[in-house]
Amino acid sequence: MAKSNTSKHKTVEYGRYGYYFIAPFFIVFAIFQLWPLIYTIGLAFCENYYDTMWNAEVGPYFNGLANFATIFKSTEGTYFDTYTFRALGNTLIMWFMNFAPQILLALLLAVWFTDTRVKIKAQGAYKVLVFMPNIITAATISVLFYKLFDYPNGPINQLLVNAGIWEQPYQFLATKWATRSIISFINFWMWYGNTMIVLTAGVLGISPSLFEAARVDGATSWEIFKNVTLPLLRPIMLFTLVNSAIGGLQMYDIPKLLTTSGRGDPDFTTRTITMYIRELAFTGARQMGKAGAASLVLFVVTLFFSLVLFYIMRDKDAIKEKKAIKAAQKARKGAN
Amino acid sequence: MNKEKDGGLHASIMIQQIIRNAICIFLCLLSLIPFWIMIVNATRTSVAIQSSFSMIPSTHFMENWNNLLKQAATQASLWRYMGNSLLIAVSSTVLSVYFSTMTAYGVTAYKFKGANFAWAFIMAIMMIPVQVSSIGFFRFMYAIGWGNNYLPLIIPAIAAPATVFFMRQYMISALPLEILDSARIDGSGEFRTFNTIAMPLMKPAVATQCIFAFIGSWNNFYTPSMLLTSQVKFTLPMFVQQMRGERFRSDHGMIYAGLAVTIMPIFIVYFILSKYIIAGVALGGVKE
Repeated sequence: MAKSNTSKHKTVEYGRYGYYFIAPFFIVFAIFQLWPLIYTIGLAFCENYYDTMWNAEVGPYFNGLANFATIFKSTEGTYFDTYTFRALGNTLIMWFMNFAPQILLALLLAVWFTDTRVKIKAQGAYKVLVFMPNIITAATISVLFYKLFDYPNGPINQLLVNAGIWEQPYQFLATKWATRSIISFINFWMWYGNTMIVLTAGVLGISPSLFEAARVDGATSWEIFKNVTLPLLRPIMLFTLVNSAIGGLQMYDIPKLLTTSGRGDPDFTTRTITMYIRELAFTGARQMGKAGAASLVLFVVTLFFSLVLFYIMRDKDAIKEKKAIKAAQKARKGAN
Repeated sequence: MNKEKDGGLHASIMIQQIIRNAICIFLCLLSLIPFWIMIVNATRTSVAIQSSFSMIPSTHFMENWNNLLKQAATQASLWRYMGNSLLIAVSSTVLSVYFSTMTAYGVTAYKFKGANFAWAFIMAIMMIPVQVSSIGFFRFMYAIGWGNNYLPLIIPAIAAPATVFFMRQYMISALPLEILDSARIDGSGEFRTFNTIAMPLMKPAVATQCIFAFIGSWNNFYTPSMLLTSQVKFTLPMFVQQMRGERFRSDHGMIYAGLAVTIMPIFIVYFILSKYIIAGVALGGVKE
């Protein structure tokens, strides 16, 4: 009895060290992430810009929902037809154009690399090379592609004209869908290797006996993929989806450094939401208030995706257990 | 008959192997070709680059390289940008990995009120990207006189939820808590136990996270380009942005040389450490 008392005392005493160990993280988080977030949300409800004529800052003064009005409602009075939502739309379009082929190719490669029947011996080398673009500076890659798709004498135009595919060089970066496709391609090219490695690890995590059992039952490779691999891989694929969506919403470096003026050419059709926020806040009239409101919109959309992830990833067994306990308690109460 | 069937099966596997390898080789080439064109063009003169496409290196690299150094030096030396990036990346990596291990240790090795909440909180904030709060961050940093300074690029690395997450996952399997008890009996203080016993046991995870933290900071363009204003403080990705500008535009060979030089350090690091990097990605991805 006395012994258990002392050991209990001990854990309580050492417990306080836990606070010391986690303190730096929470202090830094509060100062450098939480406070800026609150500050941004606060600015969203304020009038704050730089008067270039008087060379002076205006505000921040509280002005309610005025910033949001300009973000949701265009000058013609239509809703969602604003620069903010167009930028958000551009971002989502370019994210989806990269994600759809990315997940398909990654899935195909993951299945190939884990196939025990058709072995790919050099897969170590393939993984190293396919993943490589992921760790190269996005800024450098963007400027490189900017040079490669140069008009009229960039290497791609030279190749296409030399090969006789096109008679005239093509102005890739002055065409909406060509520019969007290039940005999506760069994202795809940088990230499918990463997704492939994650999914490969996922397939390897599936119990081999399941595959064996399916094979003994005479299932074809396609049936095994459809009925064993895919359902068991779903949580990881959804995790990849949400992760990629959240990352994609913040897309900045590539469109910023690839487009000719750095403002999402042509005609702002490749301007992403983060590019727009920074344009609002740091150029011209420096509309910090409106930028704050646009940030809040981005935050809400990001939060939505995170909550979807949390909902999907929630511990279903734990919830079931809780429900069972509650039901049991109810039953006992009823019996009493 | 059985033998014949076996042979047919074998042939179909062979065909499958050839197709799959061919596609993989194509994808590998796709990864390499843009960089190969960059390296080739870094060795050619601007006139040659303008007039024709080539996959064979020429001999003008030193020329382009010297032009690049000269052009960069009109504002600040190329080495300066590299040094700046290196300074920021190394400092933030050390802080991020050390304090993340510490945080993970705090919630794993100690039982205290709120430990579970702290962990849930870290998981919850993992998904919040820095971009959504950058307006407030910018204003706050300038308000306290930290604008155009490296501190806002280094200090926030202490709170890196994803690194904490990875560290804890590893810690649960690699750090037996009994060791900590025996260290206590031997009279070791809690912080000493962490530094001399827990940290060394975490070495593989620390190494993996060091690589990721370093690459993340080295490649960062978003925050530095928002905060830094004086040319001598610019980082390498910011210099890359400048290579698109007027000063460099006329000399294509020089730009390709510049891009090649900025990529080289990370290229070398990658090919030395690729095994660990890929293993780390696989581990990080399999989050329950």
